[in-house]
Amino acid sequence: MIEILGLPAASTFADDIDRVFTIIFVAVGFWFLLAEGVFFWLIFRFKKKDGVKAQYITGELKSEKRWITVPHNIILLFDIVIVVAAVQVWYDVKQDLPEEPDKQVVRVIAQQWAWTFVHPGPDGKLDTPDDIAKVNEMHVQADRLHHFQLESKDVIHSFSVPVFRLKQDVIPGRVITGWFTPTKTGTYDIQCTEICGVGHALMPAKIVIQTAAEHAEWVAKNSSVAVASAALR
Amino acid sequence: MATAPVTHHDAHGHGHHEESWFVHYFWSTDHKMIAKQYMFTGMAMALIGGFFAYCFRMQIAFPGIDVPGFGVVSPNEYNHLITNHGAIMIFWVAMPVLIAAFGNYLIPLMIGCDDMVFPKLNRLSYQIFLLSIVVLIASFFVPGGGFAGAWTMYPPLSAKPEYGLTPLGASLFVTAVALEFVAFLMGGINFVTTAMNSRAPGMRMYDIPMVVWMIVIASILFMASVGPLVAGAVMLLFDQNLGTAFFNPDKGGDPVLWQHLFWFFGHPEVYVVLLPTVGIVAEIITVFARKKLFAYRTVLYTAFGTGVLSFMVWAHHQFIAGIDPRMANIFTITTLLISIPIAEMMFVYIATLYGGAITLTTPMLWALSFIATFLVGGVTGIFLGASGADIYLHDTYFVLAHFHYTFFPIAIIGTFAGLSYWFPKMFGRMMNETLGKIHFWGTIIPFNCIFIPLFVLGAAGEHRRIFDYTNFSELARPELRQLDQFATISLLVMLGFQVLFLFNLFYSLFWGPKAEKNPWKANTLEWTADSPPPHGNWPELPRVYRGPYEYSVPGRDQDYWPQNAQN
Amino acid sequence: MSARPIATTRSAAGMPTGRLAVWWVIASEIVIFGGLLGSYVMFRLSHDSFASDAANTNMYIGAFNTWVLLTSSLFAVLGHKAAEEGNGPKAARMLWLTVGGGAVFLLVKTYEWYEKIHHGHTLSSSTFFSFYYTAAGLHALHVIAGMIIMLFVANTARKNLELHRVELIGIYWHFVDVVWIFLFPLLYIAK
Repeated sequence: MIEILGLPAASTFADDIDRVFTIIFVAVGFWFLLAEGVFFWLIFRFKKKDGVKAQYITGELKSEKRWITVPHNIILLFDIVIVVAAVQVWYDVKQDLPEEPDKQVVRVIAQQWAWTFVHPGPDGKLDTPDDIAKVNEMHVQADRLHHFQLESKDVIHSFSVPVFRLKQDVIPGRVITGWFTPTKTGTYDIQCTEICGVGHALMPAKIVIQTAAEHAEWVAKNSSVAVASAALR
Repeated sequence: MATAPVTHHDAHGHGHHEESWFVHYFWSTDHKMIAKQYMFTGMAMALIGGFFAYCFRMQIAFPGIDVPGFGVVSPNEYNHLITNHGAIMIFWVAMPVLIAAFGNYLIPLMIGCDDMVFPKLNRLSYQIFLLSIVVLIASFFVPGGGFAGAWTMYPPLSAKPEYGLTPLGASLFVTAVALEFVAFLMGGINFVTTAMNSRAPGMRMYDIPMVVWMIVIASILFMASVGPLVAGAVMLLFDQNLGTAFFNPDKGGDPVLWQHLFWFFGHPEVYVVLLPTVGIVAEIITVFARKKLFAYRTVLYTAFGTGVLSFMVWAHHQFIAGIDPRMANIFTITTLLISIPIAEMMFVYIATLYGGAITLTTPMLWALSFIATFLVGGVTGIFLGASGADIYLHDTYFVLAHFHYTFFPIAIIGTFAGLSYWFPKMFGRMMNETLGKIHFWGTIIPFNCIFIPLFVLGAAGEHRRIFDYTNFSELARPELRQLDQFATISLLVMLGFQVLFLFNLFYSLFWGPKAEKNPWKANTLEWTADSPPPHGNWPELPRVYRGPYEYSVPGRDQDYWPQNAQN
Repeated sequence: MSARPIATTRSAAGMPTGRLAVWWVIASEIVIFGGLLGSYVMFRLSHDSFASDAANTNMYIGAFNTWVLLTSSLFAVLGHKAAEEGNGPKAARMLWLTVGGGAVFLLVKTYEWYEKIHHGHTLSSSTFFSFYYTAAGLHALHVIAGMIIMLFVANTARKNLELHRVELIGIYWHFVDVVWIFLFPLLYIAK
């Protein structure tokens, strides 16, 4: 549903989230059209005509109440379907933290009004001298599991990657961990989606998704710079 | 006392002495005057809120434009405008008009007594409300500017001046909101006590008109939910000014605590404003369909059910705010469950139309359009309540369009419905039907043209509270910008048609044709008083013999049967 | 307007209007304190530092104040009894004694806070003390408000007028008392 609007799905769970959207769209769309259809039909069917008196219906009889209770039960059924679909996806994206041996951990530090992304260097570990810190630029590798650790230096921000269908608030004083696995290469937007002050609209960042080879090249190039500048210090 | 004979109000000596002009309009304890004060204050605030919407929508559609009547919108001004648009529309328009104005006007008249049980408390409530507006408007003009951290006031942005850059504005904003709560707590106590204790003799529980029930349930919901936020407002004020550390993570506080306190109130608040409108719509559709309300008790139970459930859904505003992800599952279930009583309520209204004799007067058009548009707001809420879909949709324009499709029908359509229906009673004159209908179509069509594009924008990933999208390549696409421009132009059309309403309102107020006692041939008690009712309402207080919705009863000549008619 | 509206004199729910309203006031106050104390408990459970801060509170002073408030509530009950018997002057005397209890409570509180601040435990020194001063301060405001209203009620009751108000302010005072009974263990005993 969402890809039609021009936003590619570039993570493993993006399609799942789009599917929940579609399921709900169909389910509530059906009820919506039905309710509006009946509603407008009744308005035209029972417009006041001369000499025709309205009927006296209390709606308290069981046979009359059926018109309410039956839809009520069917809605309950629809609700259960939606809950199951939504909770499944929720569990995968937010509750579960998959582990893989070659996972990559990226630290994301938000502040007013910029993002800092700390990538591990060639050793694959954070907090070593070869870490690559980039402002407003996140580099990840396609088809590889990434964990992100969100930290904020000041107010609440929100880390949102629309092509991943991913969003997570960044709370000062906490480290919030999540995951994604990109599936498409390219450069996409990272947005801050929680109002964070005057510069809220000036906090765009880019996520660069590359193939394994391209990414390794980028790491090698940038980490040598990082190490050299650390040595100079 | 319930069985005591009806007493003459003349013995109590009010309603006959001369009042000065000032006392009559500004110091009155008459519930009808206080209702009108709330009504006109609320409508004046709606003009401010609407003007703010106009300013920031112009900026979104045409970035950097010199907005006529305002000037160029800076990022801080933009944040200030959206913050106060939200706060004003909910706290200073929906609440005063729907609960305070209609509650004050209708409760005593519909349950057949001469005033609220505490008239002076009522007056004080309005005065505190007015004070809250003074504080709010003062906050726009202090050094640093008005508060600009969104109406939800999330700390630390709202708590620390170095983050929000509005040192004084933020404190005044929180103070204004807290004062407004105090005013409505007083009003709520008055409404609930009056409706419980002062019903006309003979009026049993199920003889109470639906709108009175709804306002009372709404008041109870408000009283039961606002407490934590009152405490939270005090804590936030202390954090801002006294260096406490409730929400400050550096000293061991927790910013998410505020979100819990806020939304524990914030979600029931939706139903606090929804229920009065649902009640207003019930009164109007029964009168103009000449039908008994379908399953009166079911409506009542769904309102109670919604009220109870509304306390268990608040964290669906915080799915991605760093709460325990397991909690989200519980709140998804409760949130989807709340769709059932609300859907049932809508079904009952649709069923009420069956077999009716429907006349499409202006109030009826408004009431019907409430059902049609609120359904959109209702079904789109499911997308957001379902945690899986909310990961993506949270804080996008989809959310914004969703809650405008609930709040606009509630606050704006509900007000127009109620005002056009009770106008003859309130002011003793009829409004112009033709102008009313033109205004109706001129509001409802642009309204849909504003918010349907915003659903599309939200689904495409456009998120809220951004003053300029040029920095986001995915959102700066021309087709999305054009949708934004279409929405803004629709807003201009809609605002333009409100001039027609104001003209109709003030013209009818002074020169409309005189209204009779019961122009719509309705059953409820307020239509048995003079139009407009004098201080004290009736020379002799009425007695009630039946429920409020006995329309088209078989075997009777007339198709209505007033509650106070002995046979 | 001198006379009350007829609305005020009706009681379709079977309870005098004043008493009904006081209960609704209390209901909305409960959620205010509920929000504050609920937040406190949540913090307390998740932060160990609270226990060490709480060790600085003086349980004996708290216990004495509990006793003072309970005693003043007893006077409020006696005042209600006197009002029921139609003895306005006696009811007024009892209310004055209740106000006296409130005054003693506030004096003790002032001393306690003075000592705390003297030792460097201020509103902003830790989250525990933020709660300590805010919760007790909000409660103290209710004590002060109750005392002021009580003086007005005593003044009319002395002239044998509006005696039903003695009961209403009594209900409110008991509520203030109950709030303290929640505050005392939370802030002073649990260490």
